[in-house]
Amino acid sequence: MERPAIGLGRIILLFWSVIKGLFQPPLDMRNTIRQMLEIGVNSIPVVLITALATGMVLALHMYTGFDRFGAEGLVGTVVALSMTREFGPVLTALVVSGRAGASMAAELGTMRVTEQIDALETLATDPVKYLIVPRFISGMIMLPALTVITDIVGILGGYFVAVSLLGTSSRTYMRATWDYLQMEDIYNGLIKACFFGIAFTLISCYKGFYTRGGAAGVGKATTGAVVYSFMTILISDYFLSAWLFK
Amino acid sequence: MIELTDIHKSFEGHHVLRGVNLAVEKGQSLVVIGGSGSGKSVLLKHIIGLLQPDKGTVAINGKDLSQLSQERLNELRKRFGMLFQSSALFDSMTVWENVGFGLKRHTSLSAEQIREIAVQKLRMVRLVGIEDEMPSELSGGMRKRVGLARAIAMEPEVLLYDEPTTGLDPITADTINDLIVKMREELDVTSVTITHNMKCAYKIADRIAMLYNGVIIDQGSPDEIKNTSNPYVRQFIEGHAVGPIAVEGIGI
Repeated sequence: MERPAIGLGRIILLFWSVIKGLFQPPLDMRNTIRQMLEIGVNSIPVVLITALATGMVLALHMYTGFDRFGAEGLVGTVVALSMTREFGPVLTALVVSGRAGASMAAELGTMRVTEQIDALETLATDPVKYLIVPRFISGMIMLPALTVITDIVGILGGYFVAVSLLGTSSRTYMRATWDYLQMEDIYNGLIKACFFGIAFTLISCYKGFYTRGGAAGVGKATTGAVVYSFMTILISDYFLSAWLFK
Repeated sequence: MIELTDIHKSFEGHHVLRGVNLAVEKGQSLVVIGGSGSGKSVLLKHIIGLLQPDKGTVAINGKDLSQLSQERLNELRKRFGMLFQSSALFDSMTVWENVGFGLKRHTSLSAEQIREIAVQKLRMVRLVGIEDEMPSELSGGMRKRVGLARAIAMEPEVLLYDEPTTGLDPITADTINDLIVKMREELDVTSVTITHNMKCAYKIADRIAMLYNGVIIDQGSPDEIKNTSNPYVRQFIEGHAVGPIAVEGIGI
């Protein structure tokens, strides 16, 4: 089993190689767009369902709680703040890392055990620049983009439950949303999403890139990518929130 | 042209190469034989810089690979072609995209020109009409030949073959052997081949070296190897279970 210090050292070196690769032209646009479609566009259905369900259930619980002390008019505020600051970036990151991160680790892991990564090197191609940089850029850009969708759909889901099912007036819900929501709630949430995008692509690519041991190794890499991505997202979320929203 | 001096390599405490010394002259076809797990593929990967030795030097035309920057190493690699044991074709690309990968990355040729060259290289390895297929649709022998076409696409000076006939039926294996001989005659390349198939070794080599216990224990022309008195080499080339080489996991 790999020692944690070696793993940490390798991931830092990989991160450094990716940063260098970002500033060394040319960028493989075809590969980058393909990854953006894979990470971003193909994740939209699952992100939509997650956002809608979260917004709806948030409104349901908030209404029940606030109704007890006559503050049900603030449901829109709580849904909007919860979605933009917390649930939007975190849930999007968890869903996308579970889907696209696992796929990245499995694809790179298979390429490693079938010597395709070695073949790239023999063809004078830097595998980090060719394989990881496009995924890194896509994760960094597409996760905030998906978070915007999650925020909007979550707020709309809350609106639907509060207004259509629980009888809050549309005007009250919208005022409660817009009067208390600030731009920094939205962009700080997007900064968190950007960080999560970098974290999960780096962890998933690292796990796949350094896979060893055939099919079993690919399985382990895929599981490891999802577990470490989830842990990193959840733990860093607290510190990022404490720092960004102080 | 290729010179390996006192190469040592260990993996997690397992000392695989224990001081390999080997030289390959320009235009020569060297075949390295040895048992499974003897470190032959590890040795081959040192020649193209996929692995770095713990101790010792690998020099190509007098240049020590460990002293080269990544850019210089990549420039050097453009003069190499490598056929992998598993063919290592890129499974997300078609056959012609695989063959033309190096040309696409390192030349300014148009996609049509690259495709034309890829078709021509595929024809050299006797494959016609498969350029638009995916690697997963090909047989093992066809995959090896596509791998060979990819290895020669950039017209390399050195070709490295890692177990080129392993896993193939005897007829397909002989076809690959013929292609390796043809590549050498038509392209005038220097080649290093790793195999444990003696029929393959005798057919393609003008020098054979045997790797055992992490060192080269004997080397010479195919005739010299056939008539060697080294008991280890004799046991290996004649394929006897009983002899000085202990068979792993069998208590004889």
